[in-house]
Amino acid sequence: MTELVAATKALPPITPESQPYWDGCSEGQLLIQRCEACGAYQFYPRLMCTSCGNESVVWVKSSGQGKVKSYTIIRRAVSQAYEPDVPYVVALIELAEGPIMMSNIISVDAEMVYIGQPVSVEFEKYSEEISVPIFRPVV
Amino acid sequence: MDSMRGKVAIVGAADTAVGKIPEMSPTQLCIQAANRAIADAGLSKDEIDGLVTCNSMAEPHMYHAEAMAEYLQIFPKYCVSAGAGGGTTFAVLYQAALAIEAGICETVVISMADSLRTGLSREQAMVMQSSSGHPQYETPYGSTVPGYYALIAQAYMHEFGATPEDFAEVAVVCRNHAALHPNAQMRDLITVEEVLNSRLIADPLRLLDCSLVSDGGAAVVLTSADRAKGLKHQPVYLLGAGEGHGHEHISQARSLTVSSATESGKRAFQMAGMQPIDIDLAQVYDCFTPVVLIELEDLGFCSKGEAGAFLRDGKGSIGGILPINTHGGLLSHSHPGNPGSMFALTETVYQLRADAGNRQVKGAQNALVHAQGGILSSHCTVILGLDGGASL
Repeated sequence: MTELVAATKALPPITPESQPYWDGCSEGQLLIQRCEACGAYQFYPRLMCTSCGNESVVWVKSSGQGKVKSYTIIRRAVSQAYEPDVPYVVALIELAEGPIMMSNIISVDAEMVYIGQPVSVEFEKYSEEISVPIFRPVV
Repeated sequence: MDSMRGKVAIVGAADTAVGKIPEMSPTQLCIQAANRAIADAGLSKDEIDGLVTCNSMAEPHMYHAEAMAEYLQIFPKYCVSAGAGGGTTFAVLYQAALAIEAGICETVVISMADSLRTGLSREQAMVMQSSSGHPQYETPYGSTVPGYYALIAQAYMHEFGATPEDFAEVAVVCRNHAALHPNAQMRDLITVEEVLNSRLIADPLRLLDCSLVSDGGAAVVLTSADRAKGLKHQPVYLLGAGEGHGHEHISQARSLTVSSATESGKRAFQMAGMQPIDIDLAQVYDCFTPVVLIELEDLGFCSKGEAGAFLRDGKGSIGGILPINTHGGLLSHSHPGNPGSMFALTETVYQLRADAGNRQVKGAQNALVHAQGGILSSHCTVILGLDGGASL
């Protein structure tokens, strides 16, 4: 885990639906959903499977491995809390299980990020209660 | 499909001034646009029995269209505030046309305005900037709106070999056209090199790849084809309309490089009984330059990956085979937020009436307007033309 960052970064408004996901992040686990009826994986968490509509979706631990589907380097921060990070990478990560999620890519020169780059999940502590999944290139 | 082709027409259109207008509130801009459009149609406000608006960010009302009707002291039969987003601007045109066709009302004003340049408080500006992402799964990562679109641009470059020069070409074409528009916000000519030398905002997007922030408003008057025939101007008929909705948040997009414009375009062309080759000019949503390339391809005007060359060859310029964004678009005419694409609509009316001055597309008969909202999320395509008769 990286150190505590300024508390003013945008904190997710957790709902009963997403609570297990954010609990998992706090425990260093990236949880996604799998449909017991058709086997499809999905992210973000939902009441039903987006492939077959069945409601028998269960939480499973993702491998946390993925690759960069697309990325950008933010040169002008969205708000003051993000200014110390400029330039920072916002990316879409395609997880090994298939679903795509947005995240940051850290610990690399932003200019070295590329589409297709293998990355692995870590967690950044945003507050006492909230940790957010971020990714680091696999070396 | 039971076609709406030629059943309703735009009979009035007007813009307010755009750019920095601190002396007027968004409500005043909305009302002024409506008044001017009603006058342009040769009607009085008491002949208006439908009103469509969108809420203002700088001066929000709980029930915006009702507040505007009250301000105008009109008492419509049909009164709707459109949700938000660039795509809804034309979707409401389609829905207002349905209300007219269904006999719910006869003459609808669609008026939209906002003051994003001079009217937003710091707090409102912050809310606007952070309002696009998914609050749990996107916003925490600190992207900006240009950042979300940059994810699309980067994927488009990777997949089709497009270059920043291709994006810059869009900004140059729009500026060339704005230079011909007496009221456009940005009229100084720019070069591809100047676009490429402007500062990076979110790679690969640079400042001049991004649309403007403006005050301003525009309105149109829509009525039945029967009523339109006796009015002041040559009617501009609604020939086709179609929507396509792919996602709300970019991380959930089915594709980053093929948009739901493929669907909205196909539906609009089908209703109009037309093909891309029948279109004389097109106004395509240009919040960021790469979006224009993707839309031109997805609407069928060129193959995937070829829109950059299409513009470089001059095909999208006035005088080319498909002039685009003839008023300068959101990139150079104005972008007051949700009302932004209303100017694409009023410009299309001026063009089809052959009333567009030195930026006139000669002999323009049929035009396509396309808008999208969210992050390349919800799309609406409208085809307008001078011949409201049966399908070609």
